[in-house]
Amino acid sequence: QQIQENLNKQLLENLVSFLSRSHSDFQEKTTEWTCKMKFREIPAAALVLGVNVTDHDLTFRGLSDVLQDNITPYVAMLEAKDCPGIKNLMQKLMGQLMNCEIDVDSLEDEDCVQVSQNRVRCSMPSLISWYDSVTKKTDSETPSKKRNSSSRHWQSPPVVVVFKDMESFTTKVLQDFIVISSQHIHELPLVLIFGIATSPMIIHRLLPHSVSSLLCIELFQSLSCKEHLSTIIDKLLLTSQFPFKLGEKVLQVLINIFLYHDFSVQNFIKGFQLCIVEHFYSQPLSVLCCHLVDIKKRVYSLSHDQYENIRRLPSFRRYVEKQESGKQIELLTNDSFLKVETKKLLEDLHVYHENYVRILRCLHVFTSSLPKYPLGKQIRELHCACLENRVWETEEYESSLQLARMLNKTDLVTMLQQCVEILMSSSGKEFDRAVEKLKEFLTQFQNLEAEASQEQDVSISPQKELQKKTDLYHLQKTLLELKESRRSKKLTKFEMLRFEVVDYIDSLVRRYLVPADERTLHEVVYFNGAAVLRGHLNAAPRTALHTALNNPHWYLKNQALRCDGGGISNKAPDICIVYKLHLECGRLINLVDWLEAFSTVVMAAEEPNDAASSDQVDDVIHARFIRAVSELELLGFIKPSKQKTDHVARLTWGGC
Amino acid sequence: MSRPEGMRSSRRSLQVKFVPDEDVLKHISDDAGTKVRKDKAQLSVSVKRFVKKLENISDNEAQEVLEEKNYVAALGICAQDPVENGSNISGGEVYSFQTPKRSNKMAELASELAQTPEQNVAPDHSKCPEKMAKTPQNSKMFLLMHVFSLLFQSKKKEFVSTTPYRLRKRLAAPDPYLESESEYSASCSEEEDEDEQKEVSTVLSDQKTPAKTKAASTPPPRNSIAKKNKEQKMGNLVEEYFEAHSSSKVLTSDRTLQKLRKRRLSQQTLHDLLKNAPLAYAAEIRDLNQQHESLFSKWMLQLHLGFNIVLYGLGSKRDLLEKFRTSLLQDSVHLVVNGYFPSITVRSILNSITEEVLDHIGTFRSPLDQLEFITKRFKEDSSLELYVLIHNLDSQMLRGERSQQILAQLSSLPSIYLIASIDHINAPLMWDHAKLSLYNWLWYETTTFNPYVEETSYENSLLVQHSGSLALSSLMHVLHSLTLNARGIFRLLAQHQLEKKDNPSYPGLSFQDFYQQCREAFLVNSDLTLRAQLTEFRDHKLIRTKRGADGVEYLLIPVDDSTLTDFLEKEDEDV
Repeated sequence: QQIQENLNKQLLENLVSFLSRSHSDFQEKTTEWTCKMKFREIPAAALVLGVNVTDHDLTFRGLSDVLQDNITPYVAMLEAKDCPGIKNLMQKLMGQLMNCEIDVDSLEDEDCVQVSQNRVRCSMPSLISWYDSVTKKTDSETPSKKRNSSSRHWQSPPVVVVFKDMESFTTKVLQDFIVISSQHIHELPLVLIFGIATSPMIIHRLLPHSVSSLLCIELFQSLSCKEHLSTIIDKLLLTSQFPFKLGEKVLQVLINIFLYHDFSVQNFIKGFQLCIVEHFYSQPLSVLCCHLVDIKKRVYSLSHDQYENIRRLPSFRRYVEKQESGKQIELLTNDSFLKVETKKLLEDLHVYHENYVRILRCLHVFTSSLPKYPLGKQIRELHCACLENRVWETEEYESSLQLARMLNKTDLVTMLQQCVEILMSSSGKEFDRAVEKLKEFLTQFQNLEAEASQEQDVSISPQKELQKKTDLYHLQKTLLELKESRRSKKLTKFEMLRFEVVDYIDSLVRRYLVPADERTLHEVVYFNGAAVLRGHLNAAPRTALHTALNNPHWYLKNQALRCDGGGISNKAPDICIVYKLHLECGRLINLVDWLEAFSTVVMAAEEPNDAASSDQVDDVIHARFIRAVSELELLGFIKPSKQKTDHVARLTWGGC
Repeated sequence: MSRPEGMRSSRRSLQVKFVPDEDVLKHISDDAGTKVRKDKAQLSVSVKRFVKKLENISDNEAQEVLEEKNYVAALGICAQDPVENGSNISGGEVYSFQTPKRSNKMAELASELAQTPEQNVAPDHSKCPEKMAKTPQNSKMFLLMHVFSLLFQSKKKEFVSTTPYRLRKRLAAPDPYLESESEYSASCSEEEDEDEQKEVSTVLSDQKTPAKTKAASTPPPRNSIAKKNKEQKMGNLVEEYFEAHSSSKVLTSDRTLQKLRKRRLSQQTLHDLLKNAPLAYAAEIRDLNQQHESLFSKWMLQLHLGFNIVLYGLGSKRDLLEKFRTSLLQDSVHLVVNGYFPSITVRSILNSITEEVLDHIGTFRSPLDQLEFITKRFKEDSSLELYVLIHNLDSQMLRGERSQQILAQLSSLPSIYLIASIDHINAPLMWDHAKLSLYNWLWYETTTFNPYVEETSYENSLLVQHSGSLALSSLMHVLHSLTLNARGIFRLLAQHQLEKKDNPSYPGLSFQDFYQQCREAFLVNSDLTLRAQLTEFRDHKLIRTKRGADGVEYLLIPVDDSTLTDFLEKEDEDV
């Protein structure tokens, strides 16, 4: 669990650092341009953030941190839900500004008191006076302190107001605020930042021209969430640093949720965290999922039961079956022998990962520039494909090799250089040979180039001959001949070399990109519960209800309920019967008819034991009916209707 | 030769460059594969780059399509997976349009369902032919399929005509399946129809239900014609759709519960009756619950890791949560919120947190302030932990936007652990992305099949027609605290109202008439005393006054007639 917490922390740090990096460039721009403040115009920045609303919080937090560090201590973040009116907005604004003032010089207790008194009246003038006093105070403060603050901030730091979700602010509040503050822009250097989820047009739709003319808006586009995702995948999954890995289906589920549901990086991370939790919770051998250095220690501390668990792993069994019989017995009976073997296997697995990532990146270099992207443009798609099955057996791989054989030289050379770089960056000696080989290819290409330049001189001459013949017929003929000869000509040296390169890459792929579930002990580090994950993250409550009502047998394993096809048996729970009956009705349902139908069904199910106690039975059925109906009401299928006496209205299926 | 070639290539480059973007895109996407590659060899370097860019674009499209496919495939995977909830129900089945039903469909279905025991109980009965065993099955399926096939047809049509390429693509996969299904409905409907009708009528003849005659006389459903060609079907469906939605009059029978001559059940008798009635499938339900209970420790772990848990599925999850509480939360601070309680508010939840958990005395101006206070306290004191259990997070009182917002913010605090249950089918619609991320839900399906005893026991959640016991008891309560005269006045009014109950346009008793009657009964001696008395009634919401068109004041008791009758009976007993 400690590992897991570490992982989480690292994860978030990654994200935050990434976000702040992506925003630092905005910041530079902002600083430049706040200098050019114009009269009566409030400088404003519109930040287009995209629809992944949930990530915005993090972005803004990063932004405000950067702002506070570099530009101004006075940053206020406003959210629409806090500001239903202009009064609340001002209150909130004042509160935040004054609070951060306290942070800046928290030594002066008097100041705090003063601030709290100030809170009584929240208006623009009071804000201005506060601002004046604050800036003056910083001027008059002790030189040391002054230097301290002025080195960080300017002489008169602007007040930055961030509107986190501009779309959800009421128009009037925004308009009022802008108009009021434009009146005071001389005294108060105000900067607005709007966070926008949809498109920059929204500013003009929200604000009338008279108001938007008061703003001097500059537009910034934040990075798309897809890029965030690929960075995260890059940093988390495609490194050998994190021992924990995702199985193919799980990754597919997570990516699908991201792409088709919310575009939210945060949710992706949440899913990832959940995977980690699930893995450590459900897999007893996840203890072994740790960094390389710890493996030895942990393997030796395993108990007998845990060794038994290892023996039960399907991948381990496969491994055992491949060994010769003497070793098999050893593996299955001797704990200490297994100990050594396990350690070796785990280390193998680790090495495999390292190699896997490197080769994957190399392959990605090749495939990502092929036309049509048979193996996907993003490295995550390639990763999925490789995890799923042996990538070299797929059609896509075949076609991409075919395409790779048609690459031109410059592209090929740059790709090879990139591959060399990637492989060089690895610490292991595994790839020394590969690097050498690739370098050899590179030099050969250079040689070819030299040769080619010589050849060019030769090839000019036939062209000259061509030009002599001006007759159209002859021209055609010679052209055809040329074409013929070109086709029949043997492969040039370059082409030969190209084939060689591609074949070599192919061999690398076959060797290193073996899908993970063919490796022994992959269960330790790979999480494969895609169904669980989907159930928890992307649940379908309506489907569950539907199943329970239509097919109670799914949940209640009773033979009497068994029924195939669309119907249900009449022994089903009351609510199922009532539900089924109500499906046959239109918009309004007559309760009496419903009751009658219900009692028909129930009576038939309960062995008609004659009219002796029919009255009492009737009451019970009546009561059961009432309960079932009110349960349906609670579930939102029906509601009482006033249109007709003793009728209820259906709410589902486009009912009302 | 080199020159003309160069010329051509340059011209081509121009050509490419000056075509408007959209055209190029269209063009490229049409034959990107072949043409671009062919061109590539000829074009000069700069042009190549340009084309490459375009290629990128077109490939983007291709990739999108690919992803589309992936998605469908992923869905398919989900269906094939041994998912715990392996309900591979297609969306169309769960959410479909409404189509008008024949008025007696329900009775018919009921009789069909009633029919099934014969095949279940006596499968070895010699008299029971195979057909008999088969028919109800088929007919049931047929009823549903009729609807579904219509729906699918329409959907397909719609997609083809209006929606862009993308949707068509998405639909392409399940298509054959649909086709086959609709065909099936066609094939099975014809042969079985008439048989079925006969079966129904014969079986019903010994059961005394009014549904019998209707069911027997129903004409065979009209889809035998409809299935013949799609166009007609389409037209039919459209008509049916509008018929179902536009017509304000719905054809249902006029029978009311009043005429059923059955006394209404009070809450108490209802409760008693249900208690005596044995719960079906108790063993299976217990199994199901035990399965859920095994997850408790997992929930605990996940709550502590910053997730919140929401339970969904049919059946009351109250007992489950209670068990969770008693087994794991005994020693920790926890708060149970009964969301189904009709007068619960967010404010009361927040109050109980501030007052009972944080021991804070004092009031707050708004829930937001209160929330801020709570947030601050929990952030300051990291040892403070609170478990919040909410039964029915989706209840009437809590489902509002603002209350959900507040609850979401509350749940996002790291030391507040929320575990909640939802029941309403549309409950997930309460939350937008922002709230969802605040809640940080983990969904757990806990279908319990337990009856919603507590949840439906409050008067508000019951159908109004069934009992007025709460209204009645409150009426009694208030009246008992009044003087004898006042009670008499109210009785008079109630009796008068009951006399006029058959008159639907009864406006109420005019003040003057009422005064006369009261005088005659020696209940009041002046206009003023009566008015004072009425004011008191009005304050307790016992009566309502309305001014008629002629300016006369009319008095009305806003309680339904049956409750009023009950009330008078009780009063008589007391006196």
